[in-house]
Amino acid sequence: MSEKAFLQIKDLSVQYTSDHQTIHAVNGTSLRLERGETLGLVGETGAGKTTIAKTILRILPDKAAKVAGGEIWFDGQELLGLKEEEMRKIRGNRISMIFQDPMTALNPTMVVGYQIQEAILLHNSCTREEAKTRAGDMLEKVGIPRERYDDYPHQFSGGMKQRVVIAMALACNPELLLADEPTTALDVTIQAQVLEMMSGLKKEFQTAMVMITHDLGIVAEVCDKVAVCYAGVIVESGTAEEIFDHPAHPYTVGLFGSLPDMTGTRNRLTPINGMMPDPTELPSGCYFAGRCPHATAACRSVRPEMKHLGGTHDCRCIVKGGEQ
Amino acid sequence: MSEILRVEHLKKYFDTPAGPLHAVDDVSFTIKAGSTLGVVGESGCGKTTLGRVVLQLQDKTDGKIIFDGQDVSSVDKKGWRALRDDMQIIFQDPMSSLDPRMSVREIIEEPLKLQRKLNKEERITRVKELMDTVGIAERFENAYPHELDGGRRQRIGIARALALNPKFIVCDEPVSALDVSIQAQVLNLLMDLQDELKLSYLFITHDLSVVKYISDEIVVMYLGQIVERASSAELFASPMHPYTQALLSAIPVPDVHAKKDRIILEGEITSPVNPRPGCRLAARCKYATEVCKNPQTPEEVAPGHYVSCCRAHEIRQ
Repeated sequence: MSEKAFLQIKDLSVQYTSDHQTIHAVNGTSLRLERGETLGLVGETGAGKTTIAKTILRILPDKAAKVAGGEIWFDGQELLGLKEEEMRKIRGNRISMIFQDPMTALNPTMVVGYQIQEAILLHNSCTREEAKTRAGDMLEKVGIPRERYDDYPHQFSGGMKQRVVIAMALACNPELLLADEPTTALDVTIQAQVLEMMSGLKKEFQTAMVMITHDLGIVAEVCDKVAVCYAGVIVESGTAEEIFDHPAHPYTVGLFGSLPDMTGTRNRLTPINGMMPDPTELPSGCYFAGRCPHATAACRSVRPEMKHLGGTHDCRCIVKGGEQ
Repeated sequence: MSEILRVEHLKKYFDTPAGPLHAVDDVSFTIKAGSTLGVVGESGCGKTTLGRVVLQLQDKTDGKIIFDGQDVSSVDKKGWRALRDDMQIIFQDPMSSLDPRMSVREIIEEPLKLQRKLNKEERITRVKELMDTVGIAERFENAYPHELDGGRRQRIGIARALALNPKFIVCDEPVSALDVSIQAQVLNLLMDLQDELKLSYLFITHDLSVVKYISDEIVVMYLGQIVERASSAELFASPMHPYTQALLSAIPVPDVHAKKDRIILEGEITSPVNPRPGCRLAARCKYATEVCKNPQTPEEVAPGHYVSCCRAHEIRQ
């Protein structure tokens, strides 16, 4: 695969330092995404999903975080090597991000309309009036009446606040949208409204999207491709059909086994034993070996490579890889 | 099977500057000994308040709570101490419900100390027993909550709730703060404990897949009221109330081939302050007509299946 994808992450590693400890958050992650596609980045707390998104946008905390290696190619440009002023033209304009908690993503002292207008003014040469009109248009697009332009965040409910955050992220018509658990803080009926709206907007604007989530139901619903992240590495990737119909990696299989079945009767869940390894002391072999029912001695000493299973389906496991 | 808990016309109103907020409004249900009643609803529907009022952690405004044959409002302070041993709670967020300055052993021991039935040695043996029951290794005895991960912390919360051998536990979103793989471990633990110790649960959650998995019977709450009540299997197989139908159809299903005929509710939950009589969903419900402005009463549509919607029959056809 020499030809570059629209977004291509190659062998990315990110580390945090705190109290003289090195936390290995992302450990050699590679991803590809084409225009108009939605990639579901799935994994548990601490798997490094959010760190990957923040690295793409280059908004990691300066002092604590360090990109230890890798490249991020976006539409033919390498982002990690860009000067900050060049990055600023991309951030919020060509790539934008929706954060998990709408309350912390909005400024409580500013009216919501202005917060949308701000992004438009920054990246476009237009007058204040034009920007204001466009901000009003965006509000309407996400289903909030234009009249609420001058309301403050606390005057909105959780679902509406998240719509404002989405309007902000889409204001400059980004080519790539990073959505970090955009509906986790919302109730299911509101989540359904927001997901429906997002897929509508995505179609309209042909936006590529990275959907970060721990909810496999959401992935099944909105994503074309899936990458399963464990302890900072992608352990399995492929199209949604490939992953949901033929999960190969024991971790992916374990994730599905942990979900209560909505259709069947009250069967016992088959959870994954134990927990994720400490990111300050990662084991030498496969990171999942300690919890894996199929682990062999080789798994504990050799770090598995990504194996190609056919189609676009890849799996990082020496035991379960080639069974299909 | 005998009843462990009977709640009749329970009400809890909070005073707000805008008027009384109807957090729990005329709620009745029973829980059979050894079974689980799931309470499901969205944020602000009053499910947590319901759990707290049942345990009398908050005073009720009106209604009756009968626990194990005893009306709890007729019990004096001394009697309450004994009753409390039998009624416990597991909270949602183990980080904020465990004292950060107490070790694991001290946390689990505290209820035993307050009960004053066991001496120091017996208490230490009991703590070890409890840690073993919930699957926490003995080496964590002197650890503090911040040193543990979320799954282990929640196990400590469970051990503390079990310390006094209760008959009944209110589980208030006990797995919502946990990752799915850990969530499954804790759910299995709760179900094993129920079988072993013959516990009854009031299981409060917003997660429909969890409630289906763990409950024998389910009540669906909307704005302080129960809109539908049925056995777990019945509720998911044939939901009757428009709100239940919308709620069930809104769950994202982890299956790429699943059909998606989703009912999207317009708008959001309306204010529970001074609600008008009549159906509280009416403003968001596509089936709403003039008759929905009248107060709704629960109707038994199938054995053990109650629906508070005057149009349920028409909607079915």
